Amino acid sequence: MSDYILEMKNITKTFPGVKALDNVNFKVKRGEIHCLVGENGSGKSTLMKVLSGVYPYGEYSGDIVFNGTVQKFSHIADSKRVGIVTIYQELALIPELTVYENIFLGHEIKKGKFIDWEETIVRAKEMLKKVKLNINPSIKIKDLGVGMQQLVEIAKALSKDVKLLVLDEPTAALNEDDSENLLKLIKELKEHGVTCILISHKLKEVLEVADSITVLRDGNTICTLDASKDKITENIIIKHMVGREIEDIYPKRKVKNFGDKVLEVKNLSAYDPNLSREILKDVSFNVRKGEIVGIAGLMGSGRTELALSIFGNSKGYRVKGDIFVNGEKKRFLKPKDAIKAGVAYVTEDRKGNGLILIDDIKSNITLANLKSLCEKGFINQNEEIKVANEYKASLRIKAPSVEQKVGNLSGGNQQKVSLGKWLFARPYVLILDEPTRGIDVGAKYEIYTLMNELVKQGMSIVMISSELPEVLGMSDRVYVMSDGRIVGELPIEEATQEKIMELATN
Amino acid sequence: MDFIREAKQLLKQNIRDYGMYIALAVIMLIFTIRTGGLFISSRNISNLINQTGYIAVLSVGMTLVIVIRHIDLSVGYVAGFLGALIAILLTKYGTPVPVAILVALILGLLIGLFNGYLIANVGIPAFVATLAGMLVFRGALLLATEGTGTIIIPNKSFNAIGNGYIPDIANIKGVHLLTLIIGACTILFYIYSEYNTRKNKIKYNFEVISKQMFILKLIFISSIIGYVTWILSGYNGLSWTVVIVIIVVAVYHTVTTKTSLGRHIYAVGGNPEAAKLSGIDVSKITLIVFGSMGLLAALSGILYTARLQSATTTAGTLFELDAIAAAYVGGVSAAGGVGKVTGSIVGALVMSSLINGMNLMGVGISYQYIIRGAVLAAAVIFDVKTRNKSK
Repeated sequence: MSDYILEMKNITKTFPGVKALDNVNFKVKRGEIHCLVGENGSGKSTLMKVLSGVYPYGEYSGDIVFNGTVQKFSHIADSKRVGIVTIYQELALIPELTVYENIFLGHEIKKGKFIDWEETIVRAKEMLKKVKLNINPSIKIKDLGVGMQQLVEIAKALSKDVKLLVLDEPTAALNEDDSENLLKLIKELKEHGVTCILISHKLKEVLEVADSITVLRDGNTICTLDASKDKITENIIIKHMVGREIEDIYPKRKVKNFGDKVLEVKNLSAYDPNLSREILKDVSFNVRKGEIVGIAGLMGSGRTELALSIFGNSKGYRVKGDIFVNGEKKRFLKPKDAIKAGVAYVTEDRKGNGLILIDDIKSNITLANLKSLCEKGFINQNEEIKVANEYKASLRIKAPSVEQKVGNLSGGNQQKVSLGKWLFARPYVLILDEPTRGIDVGAKYEIYTLMNELVKQGMSIVMISSELPEVLGMSDRVYVMSDGRIVGELPIEEATQEKIMELATN
Repeated sequence: MDFIREAKQLLKQNIRDYGMYIALAVIMLIFTIRTGGLFISSRNISNLINQTGYIAVLSVGMTLVIVIRHIDLSVGYVAGFLGALIAILLTKYGTPVPVAILVALILGLLIGLFNGYLIANVGIPAFVATLAGMLVFRGALLLATEGTGTIIIPNKSFNAIGNGYIPDIANIKGVHLLTLIIGACTILFYIYSEYNTRKNKIKYNFEVISKQMFILKLIFISSIIGYVTWILSGYNGLSWTVVIVIIVVAVYHTVTTKTSLGRHIYAVGGNPEAAKLSGIDVSKITLIVFGSMGLLAALSGILYTARLQSATTTAGTLFELDAIAAAYVGGVSAAGGVGKVTGSIVGALVMSSLINGMNLMGVGISYQYIIRGAVLAAAVIFDVKTRNKSK
């Protein structure tokens, strides 16, 4: 048997108008952790979809050799049968079912014709032990945090006797602790002979776990680096990924001119009737004209809830406290009121509640400010296309035309559409919730540059972010949240990762 | 060569939009051949279109309801009940026709708004809320017609809505002149507006289809409008039903494609959460869409009652399902956010052409249901297949 568990040879896959993969070669050694990196749209996900059979045999050209035999998967079930399991960023668990039901979903343990629940629970416990998850298997998935759900997914994969585990951005939604746990687990699985392909944008974790790293760019294999032989640094990987070196990931602003307070929040408290608990406690903060204010904190510290409470409270929280925009006291009963007053909110979950994926770029960009394109009640559709084209050019959205469906764009480009939409609403304050989650280095840099450009023009930005380097690199001032409160305010000169973490975890 | 390539490309890109029209043309052609031309005769086409009227207006409203990911099962019996109400008002109380119609429309609107309120503000699933409405109005219809059974309406001006035709200025050799004039005006208006759109696009430096293709398109659409008016003018001309349906479609088509209200409706259907965070009032949109559905249900009841010249105890039975089928055949997506008003009208025409054609051919009623079911399934399969391809 060959040294390689998987060889993908000369894989080419085209979509109408685009060559997503162009003669890609990808080899994975038995028992290694192989990281696949590349910018968004470089073809990583497409390659993995070819591997798992989402794009069936015949829709691509080239060979997949797994365990020495050429495979012709026509369905995901085929790849699962030989032991290839993919865990996607969007988890495939059923929230209303229990952990053990989820783990054995699709390959239930049966006694005769019926499911053997006792055996299922026993086996589920074993699997959970393997992933170091100490929970009752009878708990429902929806009651678990994202980190634990991720582990349940892996337990599910293990229950299927997985040989090759593909993880697509597993840590994107996890906090630092959970991420570390997960990476540790992957290493342990390696000891037990499970080969792993890891797709990640977080280069630090790539360096931490990878035995080999393959870089894709524009649908081509650029190189495969061997961690035991080559000396690999983040800069080297980035260079291969973007084809050039990015000296400073966080572009600096030369001139900083802060004006008056544009948005000020005083003593904001919020109660969530669905969870029946208080989610914001006495929060006060402000942002000045031309300033980027970072809001740091762990998952669940109430950052998104704060943004939603300010932005017209669409979740139906019971909100108390005062909001001032340009010194004027405002009450936002619905998002429309906030937009009118010049506050915009770019959501953290662009697919879930940020964009309308089945609509095209232009109607997404103009949606929040459609009125400005109306003449006598009718939309001026030519003007709309013109506006959309302007944003497409200035934000460098990569798409054949503004009539392209947003669902077909890569993450970075979707985020740009999302930004374009809110810039067109011409706000004073832009609240960005995890503006660079799940997008690649190149697109991140573009978004940072854009943020700098916007504040230079006099806009104010509130940036919620879980990535501390980003908070430190971009903000002029940092607020730290924990358990629904603002627990600290740091001028950027005094802020360090350690200080923020200390505040956030206390 | 360029011309043919362009034609091929246009056809490929728009196969989903054109599919319904092609299907309708094929169905009509088959029936014309199989009935020896009887199907395409002036009298039959006029009849066919007038029969479609009350379902067509329902399917227009249903399109929007399905676009925002809901359903309305109550519309059939609402139409039936309001029809009976009008009959009672006209026969028992001697209410003037315009007043009776107005009362029905307002009641329809209120019923729709109430449905919308239950769904948007109280949070009851549309299926359940309107299922309850369906039962309630079925009961109400029976109650209204309990004592009398079928209520015959002797009022000629009311019945004209379902059976009458627009007056003529001069009838030359059995050809309805006013209809021809209206048809000619429509063609001129169409050419003018297409020309304007194109000029505007060129002004903005947008890509437009080539000049030959543009002229071909104008000729093609104009000749279809011309042919239909020619056929209709051969038998009494335009009916009031057709006039009403055309007005309804024109209004809804304009609202859905050209106004921000229309855009908001599709946004709510595409992603309600995102729409909400874009400053769109989702509850308000839901109320508006169900309100319009109620209004159109009333209109449907008026058309149907006038056509039958009476209110019956079973009026409105299965209207809602015919309207839903028409909308799906017309390309509406159950996942929300997709579907055109014009598509649903074509869908309604496809379904009634099937009934009409099969009746002419003497196909038994049992086979008719089976064939209609198969066509419905085929239309949705076609829709799903072409959608996946465009991804």
